[in-house]
Amino acid sequence: MAVPDVIDLTAPGRDPTFLERLGKDGRMLHRCIQCGTCTASCPASDAMDISPRQMWRMVQLGLVDEVLHSKTMWLCSLCYECQVRCPRGIPLTETITHLKQTAMKEGAVSSRQSEAFYKAFADVMRRYGRNREMEFMVRYFLQGNPLTAFKFVRMGAMMMMRGKVHPELPVDHEGRSLEKLFERVAELEAEA
Amino acid sequence: MKYLFYPGCSMNTSALEYKRSTLAVFETLGAELEEISDWTCCGASAASVASDLLGHVLPARNLALAEQTGEEPTVVAGCSACYTNFRRTQEAASEDRELLELINRALEVEDLTYRGTAQVRHLMDVLANDFSPEEIRAHVKRPLEGLTVAPYYGCQTVRPFSPYDDDQAPTSMLPVLEALGVTIQRHNREASCCGTSLLMTKQEAGVHMVAEVLDACEGADCMATVCPMCQLNMEGYQDKVSKMLGRRVNLPILFLPQLMALAFGLPDDVTMFERHMVPFKPVLSRL
Repeated sequence: MAVPDVIDLTAPGRDPTFLERLGKDGRMLHRCIQCGTCTASCPASDAMDISPRQMWRMVQLGLVDEVLHSKTMWLCSLCYECQVRCPRGIPLTETITHLKQTAMKEGAVSSRQSEAFYKAFADVMRRYGRNREMEFMVRYFLQGNPLTAFKFVRMGAMMMMRGKVHPELPVDHEGRSLEKLFERVAELEAEA
Repeated sequence: MKYLFYPGCSMNTSALEYKRSTLAVFETLGAELEEISDWTCCGASAASVASDLLGHVLPARNLALAEQTGEEPTVVAGCSACYTNFRRTQEAASEDRELLELINRALEVEDLTYRGTAQVRHLMDVLANDFSPEEIRAHVKRPLEGLTVAPYYGCQTVRPFSPYDDDQAPTSMLPVLEALGVTIQRHNREASCCGTSLLMTKQEAGVHMVAEVLDACEGADCMATVCPMCQLNMEGYQDKVSKMLGRRVNLPILFLPQLMALAFGLPDDVTMFERHMVPFKPVLSRL
């Protein structure tokens, strides 16, 4: 994404206090010296529209719209490579999680598939207490782009053949609902 | 020795061969591994994206269950994502009393209290450090001579929590593999990420990450892993990796305890090699 030479930090979609909203981990971004170790360490940086180093500078400056529109955070696989190597000791991987949280809360997720993934997983956890792989996949395909399912046909068939996954009825599971716990967490968060 | 065992969702279903072989290997080594009853999901990568509190409450629920069984129980996790979530919550709650209180206010609805006394260890740590290579070797009935194994730790096995190994260049698997009699093929992607959920959401980027690891293992007979996510990603996309690399990749991806069970002479219903999408039997028949 092209960033203009002169950035108007008072424009809509900009918030110079952005990093203050990313928890105590995010506040440590004040220490960033833009060395680029994060980008050099990231196994997915090639696929990103803005590099991790660029993204952290944009967070510092409060370029909220640009950061939320970029796919960068959704390409993070939580490998912690950047975090353990950061010479300034910034919990970068944890801060990515806070960025994802912010995007989800503000309904500004730039990746439909990632949003579908997290929502489907949370639904299954809440309902059954444990992941049920088949049901999770179906929910994921339905919440996102159903055509994604074609990418998994061969693998899914193979996993069924090898007995790795089974179609199951909703009543047939070893887990237990976490409905009450999820509700309680939501109440406590509303209080805070 | 007695340990509490948190299998986690994957080990209980798609990676059942990992659970089965782990339990049998511990039994052979004379250690007790007792499954935490009524355990639930650790939250994976999804809970903390939903909220900070949920991301801590779900691991804490399981640690609280573990703490009901004794003063300072040791919980063993074989999934690196579960392990990381537990350690993350343990660390955060020990540094922040308010967070601990908040977690416990949530756990009230489950009649549980998390005290923070449970110790959490990765299966890799326990296998490498609680049993000496001599002890492991003493149980080997069938040395795996002629089998070339590429070790693979993945990311969260050693990052960010690795009190037992180096977080960039881990070596803890080596003495275990040596004790089994295999030939070890070191490579430069041993602690690289398998791509985790990117294989679901951003498949091309994920396959690229898998391809880098598999390419580095060229020439090995199989790979040894200690995480169900790593195993699934390394095994499940080899057709796409082959296209990306322009050569056929056909590398069986095993769990370390399966190799141990094989060397210990344990039966087929423990090793469960028939469950692999890339078959290991052709390699086995060459040995």
